[in-house]
Amino acid sequence: MTARTVHIGCGAGFAGDRWDAAIPVVATLARRSGPRYLMYETLAERTLALAQQAKIENPAAGFSPYLERILRPVLKTAKAAGIRVISNFGAANPLGGARKILEMAREEGVAGLKVAVVDGDDLTAVMTEADIRGHATVEGIGMPEGKLVAANVYLGARPIADALALGADIVVVGRCADPALALGPLLHEFGWSLDDLDRVAAGTMAGHLLECGAQVTGGYFADPGYKEVPDFGHVGFPIAEIDADGTVVIGKADDTGGLVSHRTVKEQLLYEMHDPSAYLTPDVTLDVTGVRVEEIGRDRVRLTGARGKPKPPTLKATVSFEGGWLGEGEITYAGPNARRRAELAIEVLRTRVRDLGTNWPLRFDMIGTVATFDGDGGELRASRPWPDDGEYRVRMATQGGDRRMAQWIADEVLSLYCSGPAGGAGVRHRTAPLITTASILVDRDRVRAGARLLEE
Amino acid sequence: MTSPDRTIRVPLHEVAHGRTGDKGNRVNISVIPYQEEAWPLLLAQLTPERVKAWFAAKGAGTVTRYDLPNLPAMNFVIDDVLQGGVNGALNLDGHGKSLAFHLLSIPVEVPARLALHPEKAIA
Repeated sequence: MTARTVHIGCGAGFAGDRWDAAIPVVATLARRSGPRYLMYETLAERTLALAQQAKIENPAAGFSPYLERILRPVLKTAKAAGIRVISNFGAANPLGGARKILEMAREEGVAGLKVAVVDGDDLTAVMTEADIRGHATVEGIGMPEGKLVAANVYLGARPIADALALGADIVVVGRCADPALALGPLLHEFGWSLDDLDRVAAGTMAGHLLECGAQVTGGYFADPGYKEVPDFGHVGFPIAEIDADGTVVIGKADDTGGLVSHRTVKEQLLYEMHDPSAYLTPDVTLDVTGVRVEEIGRDRVRLTGARGKPKPPTLKATVSFEGGWLGEGEITYAGPNARRRAELAIEVLRTRVRDLGTNWPLRFDMIGTVATFDGDGGELRASRPWPDDGEYRVRMATQGGDRRMAQWIADEVLSLYCSGPAGGAGVRHRTAPLITTASILVDRDRVRAGARLLEE
Repeated sequence: MTSPDRTIRVPLHEVAHGRTGDKGNRVNISVIPYQEEAWPLLLAQLTPERVKAWFAAKGAGTVTRYDLPNLPAMNFVIDDVLQGGVNGALNLDGHGKSLAFHLLSIPVEVPARLALHPEKAIA
């Protein structure tokens, strides 16, 4: 008998998300019946490149460094309650991640855990660097210079459903489309065909709403005096209920803060969406322009009307390259005449960097004015006056290929302590390696995704 | 006291909420009115040309507005606004995550009853 309603909770919306978010989600799912799943989304564009670099240094590493901290607290409860886990926390090394999970299961006394690995996203296994570089880029960033670090294609939901059909309790994926983490279980439970476009679209919409964790339950939404969120420090993570007909209800974990309202859902529905009639995923082109959003109870919002169009002919891949070094430094000026002292600091930094004989690009910010909204040229700040007295933090940033020069430029901020304007305080300065990424489109027949069960 | 029907000029933040998302060197910003009545007024005032000019310091390229009368909401896609994207940009907010609040500071003219805090009217 096929299921009528599938429950899918989310335990992380990005790599650095709350370590304990999944605990109330799993506790809530454990009290429910029917097919229940927990997904974690932990893989932003650059995260995988960092994982690839970690794997080069240590072949056993390269899965999410957060895997243990987010999974261990719920591993035993989830297995006991039959809640299956799906995540892209495999990053650059799904097999290594799966081995780590089995090790944790032994430590926690969890017997008979079945862990599956989905692979096939790593393009460097099937394409040369020249081949990868030969692809045109999309989304407005050209093919970067530098050494190739990683190239991973966004897999769809099918291999995840295949892993579940093998009986996996936990499915470890590398790069996949975020909504596929939810669509995979729905294909498996409902037996939906990928040609059933409207249902696949509904499942993709559910995954899209879940994939950023608390962003649909009041996180990244709260705006005091405008959009209040109760018990915000304990914001609960979402649980979606999806019916076989494609109806989606968004709720959240019991005994948590946060809220689910038509407003929280609409903000997340349009998050990272460009043309709302054509949201491209590996499995379907999602059209949300006809979606109806209704509050049907406390912290319960129903969505209907997602429409599907045929999937795009190609798959998107993220390609990452070593991008040189960032150098940056910050210093604060506060109190009487702070603005003019901060402006003098910027003038001194310009002089000092010019004297280093470099033409590296420089950006100066005066935090406390309009630094966040301003362009690199500071046009917005220059367009209006700022008070002389107050608190301003000067920031200088640069980037280039040579780590030593990045450090020397950043060091000029530090030297303002003794040699700069009066009262400079609170210097932070650093260099950091940069990863540059771009997106390319890859023919589907170049990609072979597969699922396999790891035997203990 | 301001009559509820009197037209006032307020930051968009008084009338609508929204969120930024990024992909590559472009962002999308949703604009969702608190009250449906504000929807046609915002459609008339938040033209792509005006939004492009509002983001000129960031080097905004093409601005496309998608309308979702069902919600109701609109979705702006702003090209080339991240000055290299999260990886290449020198600014603090490489993702452009704050930019929704830059758009929410654009002035709009609405009846006072549609503003959450009509006392925040600007000249």
